[in-house]
Order: sequence, then structure tokens, then C-alpha cells
Amino acid sequence: MAELDTSGGGHKKGPGVKKAKKLSTRIDLTPMVDLGFLLITFFMYTTTLAKPKTMEINMPYKDPNMKIEDQNKIKKSVALTVLLSKNHRVYYYEGIGDDPNPPPDFLHQTNFNAKDGIRSEIIKKKKFVDDMKRAGTLTAKDETTVLIKPDTTSTYADLVNMLDEMSINDVKVYAIIDISDIEQDFIKKTEEAAGGAAPKP
Amino acid sequence: MTAMCDVAFLLLTFFMLATKFKPDEPVVVKTPSSISDIILPDRNIMLLTVDPHGKIFFSIDDTVLADGPARKSLIERINGDKGLKLSGDEAKTFENGASVGLPFNQLKSYLGAQPNDMKAMMANASGVPVDTSVNSPNNELAVWIRSAREVNPRLRICIKADGDASYPNVQKIIKTLEGLKIFKFNLITNLKGIPEGTAAYEQTHKDMH
Repeated sequence: MAELDTSGGGHKKGPGVKKAKKLSTRIDLTPMVDLGFLLITFFMYTTTLAKPKTMEINMPYKDPNMKIEDQNKIKKSVALTVLLSKNHRVYYYEGIGDDPNPPPDFLHQTNFNAKDGIRSEIIKKKKFVDDMKRAGTLTAKDETTVLIKPDTTSTYADLVNMLDEMSINDVKVYAIIDISDIEQDFIKKTEEAAGGAAPKP
Repeated sequence: MTAMCDVAFLLLTFFMLATKFKPDEPVVVKTPSSISDIILPDRNIMLLTVDPHGKIFFSIDDTVLADGPARKSLIERINGDKGLKLSGDEAKTFENGASVGLPFNQLKSYLGAQPNDMKAMMANASGVPVDTSVNSPNNELAVWIRSAREVNPRLRICIKADGDASYPNVQKIIKTLEGLKIFKFNLITNLKGIPEGTAAYEQTHKDMH
């Protein structure tokens, strides 16, 4: 009939002519993704995202030629002396330990626990100093002072814990001081008084 | 698939840009935690690593100073002062290396060794000798610190000690620093949360409001 062939002519293949298979334009991405994840894993392991944190520490100025009169004197009432001993034990007493014959129960033992540990003692001491200031017994210039004396059996972790307590409790004045022989004896005696049984750590 | 691919490569790009390779650590050190969140700067750092047994490893970062890289100047100075007779290659090994934990008399043989032997030597190293008195001839750490500070006066001194290191070992370093009239230094710690109900906790929360 008089109909126009609108189908484009060329597409129509005669019978027996096979249609050319259309090539897929999609590429298999699996190996690339595999490689990508491998690299991610590698970088995740090697990376140091968190930069190391530090705590700054200022030691008291010390000079062998310094005269005794020039050294800072602290008042006994604001001082809390903390002794660090083995197995993370902490001993503390009020004052600076200048009494050669202290009462027998003068050294107390505690630990680093969040509850009823050395922290509550520091808080108590701070409150005591604040009360004294309000009462006018101490001047505004007096600050709670903690003397940290690690003994030879303590570890670095104890020291850092103690310094950390200082920043946790906002104690502005503190110092790391060598332990004296008398204090070493105190610890020994207190341990003996506890009946040789290891006090709970 | 495409979406996953996109995310994967986004992450990859992020890690590649954000990454900074862990410096070669001489020993595994588990630092104690503190609430301090001061970030350690990258430059002008002197690192004193103390392992659980108290061995000390010394290292400075390789900041380029006015007169060349810091590590290069340092090893040249030590070489001259201590008469180590290091060859150019051995000095180069020090420049590219990380921490040193050996006495001076073993330094030459260490820097001249093959990379594999160096690792073994470092694992058995005795650490940099230190003493409670800064003027003691055995206090080689004092020599390192003094020389490093002459090379780069802006060095910030950081102690990275293991929590299990005994206090007397750390005390020796502190005494040495005090002897050198260094009263301000940093202790590297992990970050931990501030306990609730304490002065520091209230301080940070007051700042937020």
C-alpha cells in the first residue's frame, strides 16, 4: 500500500541477520572499591587523630645558694602534706610535719578513689581554709597548700594522679617535695600498726 | 553501590589529608590520665620517654632553625663535644632517626648498624644514663638536654613516662632539669573526663553558660 516506512529503514534486519550485542558501558567497580577500603583501613590505623595532651607543671625555683630566709614560708594551718606510697596508697596529715614527736594517730591513710579518697580530704581542707579566711584568722593571701611527697616505692602514675587532683580541686599552690626520713618512718610505723596486714588499696 | 563508593572515597580522602604518621616510638609507653587538655604542639619539642623499667629515651623534633635542621646541629655538637668520631653517614642516621636510648660510648656502633640490628639494639638498650646530680659525669641526659637547648633555646621539654615507672626514675629527670634551672616542663598524659561535683567541673560548666 502507499504507506511510508517511518521506522528508519536501516534498523530492520532481514530474517537470519543477528542483532549485534549491545556492549555494556558499565565497568565493574568492585576492585576499585576494595582498594579504597583497604586504603581507608590503612590510614585509619596509622593516623593519630587525637594529639597528645599534656599537663604543665612548674617546679618551685631552687638554687643551692638560696638563703633560708628567702624561701617561702607557709603557714601550718593551710598546709596538707600528702605522702604517696606503694600499691597506690596515700597517706596524709595536716601541717608541714615539723613536729618531731607527732601523736601516734597523726598519719591517715587513704587512696585515690573518687569517694572518700584523698579528694574529699582536699575539699575538706579547702573548706577549712575558706572558713578560717572568713573568720579572719587567715588573710586573703593565704591559700590552701598541698605538699606532695612521693616516696621511693610510689609510681609515676601516683604522682600524675595527685597532680591531677590539684587541678580537679582547683588547688592553686602545691609542690612536689622530697620525702624526709622521718616521714618514711611514719609510713613504716603506720603500716606496722595496721598489724602488717596490707590495708585495702 | 555508587553511593557506597562515594562515601568510601570521601573517607579515604579525609584520612589521607588528616593523617599524620605516628612517630617511631622506641618503647610502648602507657601514659597515665589527667583532665588536662592542653594540646602538645608539633614543633620545638624535646621528648623524654621513660619506659616501665625506668629506661630513658631522648628525642627532639627536627625543626628547621636559622642554622639548619635541629637534629643535624645537635648531633654535630654532641659529636664534637664528646669526641664520638661519627662518620657523615652515622650522623645522617641520627638525623633521620627518632629517639636515642643509649650511652654515648654505644652511640657510634648503634648508628653504624644495619636497620634490623638497630631495632634489636634499641629493644635491649639501657636508656640514656641519668643521675640525681646534674654535674655528675654519668649524667649524660644533662649533656643531651643542655646541648639541645643550645641548639634550639625554644625547646619545650616533655616527659612521657609510663604510669608504672617508679617515682625515683622520674625524680632523676626532674632533678636533672632542676639542676639545669628548668622549672617548667610538660607531662604527657591521656585525657580523662572531669569528675562531677568537683571544683574543676563547676569551673568548666560555668564557662559554658
